[in-house]
Amino acid sequence: MKTLWRAAALIVLKDLMLELRTRDIVVSALLFALIVIVVFNFALDPTPGLIALVAPGVLWVAVTFAGVLGLTRSMAMEKDNGSLQALMLAPVGREAVFYGKMIGNVVFMLVVEALVFPIFAALFNLPLAAAGLIPVALLATLGIASVGTVFAAMAVNTRSREVMLPILFFPVVVPVILAAVEASGIVLTAESGSATSRWIPLLAAFDAVFLVVCPIAFNLIVEE
Amino acid sequence: MNGADADRLAIEVKGLGKSFGRVHALRGLDLDVRWGETLTVLGPNGSGKTTLIKVLATLARPDRGTVRVAGMDVSASGRSVRRNVGVVTHQPLLYDELTGRENLTLFARLFGLDEAGERAEAAARRVGMSRRLDRRAGALSHGMRKRLGIARALLHEPLVLLMDEPESGLDQEAQSLLQQIVADGSTPSRAVLMTTHSLETGIALGDRLAVLAGGRVAYSAPAESVSASDLRRAWSSHAETAP
Repeated sequence: MKTLWRAAALIVLKDLMLELRTRDIVVSALLFALIVIVVFNFALDPTPGLIALVAPGVLWVAVTFAGVLGLTRSMAMEKDNGSLQALMLAPVGREAVFYGKMIGNVVFMLVVEALVFPIFAALFNLPLAAAGLIPVALLATLGIASVGTVFAAMAVNTRSREVMLPILFFPVVVPVILAAVEASGIVLTAESGSATSRWIPLLAAFDAVFLVVCPIAFNLIVEE
Repeated sequence: MNGADADRLAIEVKGLGKSFGRVHALRGLDLDVRWGETLTVLGPNGSGKTTLIKVLATLARPDRGTVRVAGMDVSASGRSVRRNVGVVTHQPLLYDELTGRENLTLFARLFGLDEAGERAEAAARRVGMSRRLDRRAGALSHGMRKRLGIARALLHEPLVLLMDEPESGLDQEAQSLLQQIVADGSTPSRAVLMTTHSLETGIALGDRLAVLAGGRVAYSAPAESVSASDLRRAWSSHAETAP
């Protein structure tokens, strides 16, 4: 078990080092998320009633699509260099590679979210310091990155990987996005905090299932 | 085969079958490599050489048959097999944005080696890359990157070296280094399985030669008893049977 987490930590550190040098993933995902939010802000008349209705959806559409962009690039980098094979040749379980890539993706998505959320709050005139959004964002990001890492590993072997990933990924991750949108809506419109408690356990349950199933699926996908 | 025979084998493949959809890459392949031996595997494109290396390296699952490397079954003991094999492929399998040193240190740590930095330097020295170790891998020539890829495969001093066309893209000096590495790899406690398209390289580096065709071993002989023309005849007579 110690070997697994040590190997996963090495892969996370490697991904962070590569990202610090290239800024490939975070910059492209961030720009994409900002464009989506700005376009929606211009397209919709942000009256208080409408904001409560659409803002959480806009936020998670932006974050999820930006995440897809990052997930594709993260796995494409491994595939194009052939370096995923080098990771697979290490004497560690393939789940270590999955957890390493998945945690790296979680970190990149959280960085994007930390930069996007304040801009989103300012544009849609919502409370900037909505502390209740933190657990929602953490749990939803974990679910999105878990499923996304598996499907990115699958899609990267196909010719049209940029199209293939969303097609494979969204039907599976819909429950996580729905729960995140509902919970965020409650937090952002300052409804009773206890109402989010319905959605947080649901998000946690989805994450638990994904964290068990996804490493097994990843193992089957990466071994030819 | 009795227990003593099995102990003498670094690689033992029996009835290996592997398909990708409708394409049968390997069809009941039988092959073995003794400790201290270098087996050179030749064959036309599509004869199953790369698939064989992938199965031996645990990168691909066998569909049928048994495959043992360093005495361990590749399906049941993947991690232990990987600890004992070094793999050189067409691609160097490196991160372009990391330096040679960072690449080698990363893989040394993934192998759980102590003093990863020293191991990286020692491996780079073996392939003549010490002076270029702090350059970004992406900024190196193909041949230099290939040398680093060989250093990556040697980091953990593997018992069994699997090399898929290692000579491609190497200059004359690097080919001499490769020859030395193959010679080091076939000491009594080690073994090498190498694929190549070059009949001359196959004869020069191998103790034994095998020609694959149609996913099976079509011809096998000790290197000292065959000439390039014998091999060329064996090759061309079986080339048409490739899947």
